[in-house]
Amino acid sequence: MDFNDTPEEAAFRKEVRTWLDANATRKSDDKAAFRARNDDPNLLAKAKAWQAKKAEAGYARMTWPKAFGGRGASPILQVIYQQEESNYLVPLGFFDIGLGMCIPTMMAYASPEQLNRYVKPALHGEEIWCQLFSEPAAGSDVAGIRTRAEKDGDDWVINGQKVWTSGAHYCDYGIVITRTDPSVPKHQGLTMFFLSMKTPGVEVRPIKQISGGANFNEVFFTDVRIPDSQRLGKVGEGWKAALTTLMNERLAVGLPSGGLDIDELMELARDTDLDDGPAIRNQQVRGKIADWYVQQQGLKLTRYRTLTALSKGQTPGPESSIIKIVAAPKMQDMGAFAMEIMGQGGIMKEQVPHAAGFQAQWIGGAGFRIAGGTDEILRNIVAERVLGLPSDVRVDKDIPFNKMK
Amino acid sequence: MNFDFSDDQKLLKEQIAKFLTDKCPVKVVRRVLDGNEAFAGEVWQGLVDLGVPGIAIPEEYGGLGLSPLELCVAAEEIGRAAAPVPFDTSVVLATEALKLAGSDAQKKKWLPLLASGKAIGTLATAEGAQTPRPSNVRTLFGGGRLNGKKVPVADGAAATFAIVLAKNGLVLVELDQKGVTRTPVETIDPARKHCEITFTDAAAEPLGAEGEGWRLLERLYDAAAVYFAFAQVGGAEAAMYMARDYALQRQAFGRAIGSYQAIKHKLADCYVKLELARSNAYYGAMMLSDGGADLPLAAAAARIAATEAYDFASKENIQTHGGIGFTWEADTQFHLRRARVLALSIGGPMAWKDKLVNRLEQKNVMA
Repeated sequence: MDFNDTPEEAAFRKEVRTWLDANATRKSDDKAAFRARNDDPNLLAKAKAWQAKKAEAGYARMTWPKAFGGRGASPILQVIYQQEESNYLVPLGFFDIGLGMCIPTMMAYASPEQLNRYVKPALHGEEIWCQLFSEPAAGSDVAGIRTRAEKDGDDWVINGQKVWTSGAHYCDYGIVITRTDPSVPKHQGLTMFFLSMKTPGVEVRPIKQISGGANFNEVFFTDVRIPDSQRLGKVGEGWKAALTTLMNERLAVGLPSGGLDIDELMELARDTDLDDGPAIRNQQVRGKIADWYVQQQGLKLTRYRTLTALSKGQTPGPESSIIKIVAAPKMQDMGAFAMEIMGQGGIMKEQVPHAAGFQAQWIGGAGFRIAGGTDEILRNIVAERVLGLPSDVRVDKDIPFNKMK
Repeated sequence: MNFDFSDDQKLLKEQIAKFLTDKCPVKVVRRVLDGNEAFAGEVWQGLVDLGVPGIAIPEEYGGLGLSPLELCVAAEEIGRAAAPVPFDTSVVLATEALKLAGSDAQKKKWLPLLASGKAIGTLATAEGAQTPRPSNVRTLFGGGRLNGKKVPVADGAAATFAIVLAKNGLVLVELDQKGVTRTPVETIDPARKHCEITFTDAAAEPLGAEGEGWRLLERLYDAAAVYFAFAQVGGAEAAMYMARDYALQRQAFGRAIGSYQAIKHKLADCYVKLELARSNAYYGAMMLSDGGADLPLAAAAARIAATEAYDFASKENIQTHGGIGFTWEADTQFHLRRARVLALSIGGPMAWKDKLVNRLEQKNVMA
């Protein structure tokens, strides 16, 4: 066993480093840089410029076919690129949903002409895509969406509301799942489309989160007219198309990076008094640190097992399905515990190093436990797909959507 | 990135798994639990024939001279079967203690016998219902003689020799001698026999330098923690699948209980803990086989994660079974018992968590 690259991987890593050294600035301190980056008001413009440069060099989506600007490369090379890139001060994150989920769905269903038009601008960061799936009445049960698309001549007219749409406020295009036939059971009456976010009748309203940020949006559709040529897949087969998108979502899920972890918790516990000495001498504090260290290591090493399979050209096992189930509550609980170490003062912002950081994790953890598959849905997925337990009894499975209560 | 076992190691694992599926089904565990055998002799002999006790013993001492990784895969399968054999005692603790601290003469004498299964070794540290500490261990070695009492000692009755923790160091004692009295003691896991051993001027010889006993014991426990973690991972996986199979078959309120989220989420949690344990155990194995400086931390993390995974899976297996799982005739009890025995035999989670943070602090000071 070892964590070493194969000769091919090592050569590629070297190539990537050389390129990154020539085109970006190496981070001096990961976490400070991470936070500074997020506060930059010109972040989007900078991210677009970086994406263009990266795409030009062929690093943006290495696993894609050459015809789409990729290299037809093994996923392990893409991971190596990302590992190396994470050591540099570059703005990321705006393109993951579009390139990880929307464009792959386009590749499965759009015409050659459409792909010719849309893939390259997306890859080069000129156009950003979002995914319009969740609705106020359809979260985990996404097939329960109510946004209607009705045929009118050669067009479709969309009315309804989407919610939790990440990045909709800066996105140019989106893929949207709609209900085209309410008279059949819920999974059967769906159809997928793509559209410009500038289409008349599309209105984006940011949602202010409890953390204070606004990464998500509500998107309202009022008589939004789009041609039938923007349909992805057959009428009534939108659920199949949505599964293509969601399968890609799972491949894209990773660990949150740049957050505070065991090192900072230990630093805090060393520098903060509790009982008659530093908190780190307290046995309960030590027990918690040990538990979270075991989880932190366990997640990192689980990822290494997945990477091993990729490196060998094999399909990874289901082990990475544990990552968010562990990481999200850990983030929330560790944040809360770090605040407890500081006593009542733990509620004040910026009193000691890391106070605000741990508070952000405590409050952000509440969102992370829900986004991209709740704790509960992820446990269902493990139970059903890994352990082979039966799916839930679906009382609405065979009932026409418009007959449901 | 090569964070996995090799094809040869996986083949060995399959070979041992196949043997244990054939020769060590749960009825064998039950037979030892209900009877007076020291251990399942035919299972042990089969493992000896496969070369298991000598896997990590160098060829010059009659072993197969393979790496710790091969012993890890064997440990996982033995744990999965909850096999009633002196693996944790003889193959892990006694063998590793000799490899770690034995003189050349001691290794020459004992390792070939351990490899061939002709001798069984064990480790004796506890002196009753408290964790052994320098302040409370009373067993004393001096002038080639050992005096004191150790209890409980796993496989004490079957063992040819014991490595004994005395106040002033580790000593090796042959157990078939006049100054040694062995009395069986009842424990929570009758499938693994334990006894009390009294030493009265028993002939003994030091293992490692005098005064080094506690330091050696710590190093021995680091290696043992990794092998135990694999046994615990195997056991946890077996308990989880026993619960899964029952949940698929048992009906309540008109459907399989495995279709209820209360059961599904419980079993998903088993899987999450199992994979955290497996990943940490792999890293322990890697550090053990490379002699890596990260072994003390990796071993502690593997130990904590695997103990948690096995305890959790074995108790939730019973819970999933409901009332039938609490009966003597159900097969759920074997993992529950073994999980606790393995959890406590080289220090429990509380002690290992404290150790882990000590080691993190040391690492931060060095960095």
